[in-house]
Amino acid sequence: MHKSWWKILCVALLMYTFTAGLLLDVPHLPALQETIRNLYFHVGMWMAMMTLFTISVIHAIRYLRTNNLKYDINSRQYSSVGILFGTLGYATGAIWMSYTWADPNNPASASFNSIAREPKLIGAAIALLIYLAYHILRDSIQDLDKKARVSAVYNIFAYAMLFPSIWIVPRLLPSLHPGQEGNPALNFKDVSPEMRIVELPAFIGWALLGIWITTLKIRLNLLKEKKLLQ
Amino acid sequence: MLEIRQQYTFYGILLYIGATIFVLYMAIDEPESKVWNGLFWVIQLFICINAVAKSFLQESSGRMLYFYSIASPRDFVLAKLLFNSLLMLVMSVLSLGLFALFLGNPVQKAGTFTGLVLLGGWGLSLVFTFLAAIAAKARQNAAIMAILGFPIIIPQLILLMQLSKAAFSDSLTVPFQNVLLLVALNIMVILLAVILFPFLWKD
Repeated sequence: MHKSWWKILCVALLMYTFTAGLLLDVPHLPALQETIRNLYFHVGMWMAMMTLFTISVIHAIRYLRTNNLKYDINSRQYSSVGILFGTLGYATGAIWMSYTWADPNNPASASFNSIAREPKLIGAAIALLIYLAYHILRDSIQDLDKKARVSAVYNIFAYAMLFPSIWIVPRLLPSLHPGQEGNPALNFKDVSPEMRIVELPAFIGWALLGIWITTLKIRLNLLKEKKLLQ
Repeated sequence: MLEIRQQYTFYGILLYIGATIFVLYMAIDEPESKVWNGLFWVIQLFICINAVAKSFLQESSGRMLYFYSIASPRDFVLAKLLFNSLLMLVMSVLSLGLFALFLGNPVQKAGTFTGLVLLGGWGLSLVFTFLAAIAAKARQNAAIMAILGFPIIIPQLILLMQLSKAAFSDSLTVPFQNVLLLVALNIMVILLAVILFPFLWKD
């Protein structure tokens, strides 16, 4: 492979994230303290998810323009790895909030109630549900070309409707989650300059890792399809 | 269109609206405004699914072939969107009237709320018309439509409920920006439908 520079970049950026993210100084805010370091990982997951879904939609558009089944495979794999990163985003978020939001004096179920009503969590759940629905739609159609075409159409439509769900609506409702007025963690007021030098490389690193995983899955799938065609 | 050929579907939806609202009246008499609002939009959603889903699912493939030969996909989908919007507007007004009749009328600003109901009904019908077109391609129909539609429609419903809360008290005003946002969403759905439908059309 001649185009492996971005894989090396990905490894380097993630190594940097793990070392600098855990060693460099961070501002100590009440209630957050050292848990703020999770920002490099938690928000990174969502950034990677958005990147992967966007690439999936681009491939869906390319499929509709060219009718080349290769793009359909790409689109599908990017969306499924996107779902994986979304789930990981939930997992890191759950660990984070168990240290910051959950009140140790209340029983766990009481804090769970208030957390389950978070608009940002619902928004993210909608995003994941849309892509799970996309996979169900794919599996319900037998014919190969029709499957690719219909699911590409749904992919584009769903992506366009996704913006209001995760970027606009949560801002209209009251929420505990930070970042009420802008994109969380991208706003210049939210993040101190010391953190910014770790944050941006971390986000790019995670997105590249997602793309890397997906390219491997795509190659595997192309091989499988070749076997089927022979 | 389908509703004129098969009039029983039209009356079926009317019966559906009447029956659900009557059951609600039997169950909870006169709810407070918050419950009223929530119930109203949920009923609205289900009416929309029942009314609009039929537009593609019950067309036989032979008739689709006939439409294919006489109309371009753009005209066809625009006609469907227009017809379903009108249908849903009528249904929205009807269900609003029945709600006020049976469950009491907690709405303070009737004009504003009616406007929101019409806007909401229009938005719901547009989204579900297009989803019905997609679901018609996957042969499992009604179930797949709910799976595809609910996650997509939730944000719009939240927005509508937030907005219509303002119509229940005199002190709150409806944020104009959010109404514009809904209108923009609807226009975007129409554009997407016009662009994407030709790909669904070819079979």
